[in-house]
Amino acid sequence: MIDKKWIGHELPASVLPIERSRLQFFAKAIGEADPVYTDTAAARDAGYPDLPAPPTFLFAAELDSGAAFKLIEDLQIPIAKLLHGEQSFTYHAAACVGDTVTVRSAISDIYDKRNGALEFVVKTSRATNQRDELVAELRSVLVCRN
Amino acid sequence: MKTPTFDTVQVGDELPPLQLPPVDRTTLALFAGASGDHNPIHIDIDVARRAGMPDVFAQGMLGMAWVGRVVTAWAPQSRLRRFDARFQGITQLGNAMRCTGRVVEKLEQGGERCVRIELQSANQFGQTKIVGEALVALT
Repeated sequence: MIDKKWIGHELPASVLPIERSRLQFFAKAIGEADPVYTDTAAARDAGYPDLPAPPTFLFAAELDSGAAFKLIEDLQIPIAKLLHGEQSFTYHAAACVGDTVTVRSAISDIYDKRNGALEFVVKTSRATNQRDELVAELRSVLVCRN
Repeated sequence: MKTPTFDTVQVGDELPPLQLPPVDRTTLALFAGASGDHNPIHIDIDVARRAGMPDVFAQGMLGMAWVGRVVTAWAPQSRLRRFDARFQGITQLGNAMRCTGRVVEKLEQGGERCVRIELQSANQFGQTKIVGEALVALT
């Protein structure tokens, strides 16, 4: 069983610079052909200062930093048993090329169902930019299949 | 792109669907690199098999990114207020996902006129892999 002592645990902050080539690579990887996501002129025409990060991109912050994998290790969840159960984003401001986004997360709940056959870890995050403006709130539910 | 307006959108309206090609290993490798999700279970068949899976399988967030494309192709991302996904099944190699959306509610939230959109992605066998929801502010 995942130790409930981790409820309230705060992950180290993850800093994600929003970079042009990374966003272009991400757009290619998800098959996004809308030039707003790859062409700076098209992004500016759409009212953004530069290429915007697509809706799910900020999830990369804690993958790049290693914080997400470290958490799985700390919780002692074998990677073979790990599933992503739910993911939510609430948006407050665009994150565009040139911005630096910092994601700060905490474990808000750990619970199980079916007498422990499934365990759930809820992580809530705040993403802010270099001006300390709230960019997005994230909520992830990780599932461990025992 | 012609942005929909609150008055012209009706409950029940369907967003233009997105049909993806079958998932292949190249797609998974590119997404691993681009997303930062280097979990080898998605890109290394040996690791996947040791974990009891028949083969590598798609990252959940790849499926969510595809579903997101349905929304941002319909209204500019700057209008997107909330985007939720529940992952209901594993997307296997060869699955050709079809992502769909439907307006289910018109409401006011945070002083803005919004529509709530139900989202779904299913493979060619009709198996649902993601159900989700988006809240989009319209003028």
